[in-house]
Amino acid sequence: MDTHFAQRRRRDLIVALCLAALAALAPLFVKDVYVQNIMVLTLMYAALSQSWNILSGYCGQISLGHALYFGLGAYTTALLFTKFGVLPWFGMLAGGAISALIAMALGYPCFRLRGHYFVIATIVIAEIALLLIQNWDWAGAALGIDIPMRGDSWLKFQFTRSKLPYFYFALALACIAWFVTWWLEDSKWGYWWRAVKDNPDAAESLGVVVFNSKMGAAAVSAFLVAVGGSFYAQFVSYIDPESVMGFQFSLLMALPAVLGGIGTLWGPVLGAVILIPLTELTRSFVGGSGRGVDLIVYGALIVAISLALPRGLVSVFSLRKGAAR
Amino acid sequence: MTAETIIQSLASGLLMGLLYGLIAAGLALIFGLMDVVNFAHGEFLMIAMYVTFFLFAFFAIDPLLSAPLVAAALFVFGAVVYLLIVRFAMRAKANAGMVQIFSTFGLAIVMRGLAQYFFTPDYRSIPQSWLGGKTVSIAGIYLPEPQLIGAMLSIAAFVALYFFINRTDFGRALEATREDAGAVALVGIDKNRVFALGWGLGAALVGLAGAIMAIFFYIYPDVGASFALIAYVTVALGGFGSVFGAFAGGIIVGLVEATTALILPPSLKSVGIYAVYLLVVFIRPRGLFGSM
Repeated sequence: MDTHFAQRRRRDLIVALCLAALAALAPLFVKDVYVQNIMVLTLMYAALSQSWNILSGYCGQISLGHALYFGLGAYTTALLFTKFGVLPWFGMLAGGAISALIAMALGYPCFRLRGHYFVIATIVIAEIALLLIQNWDWAGAALGIDIPMRGDSWLKFQFTRSKLPYFYFALALACIAWFVTWWLEDSKWGYWWRAVKDNPDAAESLGVVVFNSKMGAAAVSAFLVAVGGSFYAQFVSYIDPESVMGFQFSLLMALPAVLGGIGTLWGPVLGAVILIPLTELTRSFVGGSGRGVDLIVYGALIVAISLALPRGLVSVFSLRKGAAR
Repeated sequence: MTAETIIQSLASGLLMGLLYGLIAAGLALIFGLMDVVNFAHGEFLMIAMYVTFFLFAFFAIDPLLSAPLVAAALFVFGAVVYLLIVRFAMRAKANAGMVQIFSTFGLAIVMRGLAQYFFTPDYRSIPQSWLGGKTVSIAGIYLPEPQLIGAMLSIAAFVALYFFINRTDFGRALEATREDAGAVALVGIDKNRVFALGWGLGAALVGLAGAIMAIFFYIYPDVGASFALIAYVTVALGGFGSVFGAFAGGIIVGLVEATTALILPPSLKSVGIYAVYLLVVFIRPRGLFGSM
């Protein structure tokens, strides 16, 4: 049993390395800026969803307020850069650290809540933060922040001529999020989280410190999502509260993991690779007129996948494996 | 800030709170019946407001008269949504909670898209209705008539709901199905029929609220989003599973919103509602009236 599991883990790692290598070569063949843009977004959503999955999938604490951490990352980087000239790289780390701390501070009272009470708490906390930022004049209020371009450089993490640097950063981020998940899956934390998810009372009685393991999951998850937010701010060079911290974004971030397979290693990647290009393509082919056709297609897709494949898209691939196990 | 302003805004807060209760009633009913949170609840409200608008625009039916028609239309809509989507979501053998959240969320997106497609994203309003823009003065306090009628309608709806749940056969079937959906089959109650009627009833309640809201609020495809969150908080504040908790929750939310608007800038008025929700569940993790 153990060796079977170890074999599977080794195979996962090899597959991931191959996929990452293939993805890294993709820009050699794809020169179209529009397609490159979609690839960057796909990788970003894969990374975000993978990070969301750590707390909500593995540990079972469904957060529909993760836009809070994304927004914190984006705003910390953008504010430090525009107001104090701090390089985005430091802003990224600062944003991640602040988010992880806030996630733990919020987790302290919230992790006593269960089920829908917890979910709604995550929504309203993010919503409070959104309203506060929308009314915070120094931070640009509802209009947001325009990040001035100071020329292409890795130091300032700004690139106007090519999307490739963003692509490779997003790829690295997706790989890191995947690898962290892979590594945690077989650590004591991974086992604690699954125990907490399946039955918190039983886990507690067996000596799992339920509260601490939730806190750990929240911190890791929030840190990675905030780094994603910092990246996004640099990538689009303009942020506003609603688009980086809105409830809609919390759901969009969760979607690849949910449709791909919540609480699975490959679910978020698979979900993002299928969902994001599909969304972007529908948007540009049928939604240009702003008449909502893209929303109809997108929503119908969500309904169809969640009803047809409750275990996510990943279950299509693991049918054989399930039989073997 | 005079005592008069305070009383004035608390009075309008109370009226608005009763309307919030009516908006949330359907959500609470459905949750209590089958443990499903409808993430398209706000879009149900949006559709109800559009139906009211078009009945007015094309047939010149005043919202006050069309309210029962809107409720009937939403009843059918709610039952159809159950039969076409939710019924299947409940059969999911894995991740049932997420399947329910995201299948109804997907529905919400489709509904918003359809509204944009057919009704355009333009803001619409009902220019001249019997109640629109009118106020009534009681002991020096000015109350807007649409909200006043809405509040009275909300009280009436909750009273009717009370008798309906406790005194009719269907109400008893509803309660029994909620207690044990498996056992009711033994006494010949069709679970699916009860659930479909429950969804119809829940949607009809939000339809009633939508007809009143259409009198004094702008109508546009995304209008449901902001009210949906308030409705979730209202239901959770009262305690999931308690329909009458939603009534109390609505009143509290309305009063807290009005109080916050007195202290903070109006754009922050929702912060008070959210803060009170957090405060309540941190002290009572299952809401005010939820079973412990």
